[in-house]
Amino acid sequence: MTRDLRCEEVIDKLLEYLDQELDGETDRALARHMETCRACFTRAEFERKLRARVNETGKVKAPETLRRRVRAILDHY
Amino acid sequence: MTSIGKPLRSFFEAEVERLLDRLYGTALRLTRDRTDAEDLVADTLAKAWAKLTDLRDRQAFEKWVFRILVNSFISERRKQRIRPHEVSAEAGCGDEAFSLFEKVHQPFLLWWGNPEQALLDKLLREDIESAVEELPEEFRLVVIMVELWGLSYAEAADTLDVPVGTVRSRLNRGRSLLQGALWRQAGEAGLACGNAKGGVR
Repeated sequence: MTRDLRCEEVIDKLLEYLDQELDGETDRALARHMETCRACFTRAEFERKLRARVNETGKVKAPETLRRRVRAILDHY
Repeated sequence: MTSIGKPLRSFFEAEVERLLDRLYGTALRLTRDRTDAEDLVADTLAKAWAKLTDLRDRQAFEKWVFRILVNSFISERRKQRIRPHEVSAEAGCGDEAFSLFEKVHQPFLLWWGNPEQALLDKLLREDIESAVEELPEEFRLVVIMVELWGLSYAEAADTLDVPVGTVRSRLNRGRSLLQGALWRQAGEAGLACGNAKGGVR
C-alpha cells in the first residue's frame, strides 16, 4: 500500500495521468486520490473535457478534390 | 511497389476511408492552409500505399500512417528551410505554466453553477482551432501527436527523434500556451474576467 498523495502532487502529475504515462503504482495512487478529493476530480474532468474539444479540431471533412487524388494514387499502381 | 493483392488494396481503401477526415484535419492544423493540407495528405497516402507491404501489423496502420504524415510535414518544412526551433525561439521560455482551470477559479469572476463547464461550452470550435494553430511548430507537433492521435510520449519521441524528456517538456509548454491562448480568446469574446458581454457563469 503506497502513501496517500497530496493535492499538489496529484496536480503535478495530472496530465501524465490523463496521458496514461504513469507507472502502475503512481497511476493507482492518483486514481485513489481522485475517488475522495472533489477538487482534484473536478480539475481532472475539466482537463479531460478540454482535451476532447481539442481532439475534435483534428477531424475535418476531407474535400472531394482530395478524395479524387487518393483514388488516383490507388489507380496509378 | 511490386504488386498489391486485392485483399491488401481493400484493407488500405477501408482504412483510408476511416481515417481520411482525421488525416486531413490533422494536416490542416499542422500546415494551417487547405491546399498544403491536401498536398500533405496526398503525399502521405502515396508513400503509405507504396510501402504498404512493409507494414507487418495491420492493427498498427493508424499510427503508422500518422507517423508518415508527421515525417512528411517535417521533411517539407526542412526543404523550405524552416526549422521548428527558429520559429518558436521566443515562445519556448520565460512564462510560467498556465492553467485555464485555475483562471476560471479566480475569485474576481462573478459566477455560479459550474464555471469550468460554462467556459468549455462557450468556446467555439474555431477558438480552439486557432489556439492550436497559434502554437509554435515544435509545441504544436507534440500536442497534435499526443492529444489528437494518442501517441505515447515514447512513440512521439521516436517519431521526432528526440528524447522522451523533450516530448514531455514540449507537451507541457504547448498545453500551457494553448490554455493561455484560449483564456485570452475567452476574454476577448467576453466570456471571462467579468466582461459585460456575458462572462462565464
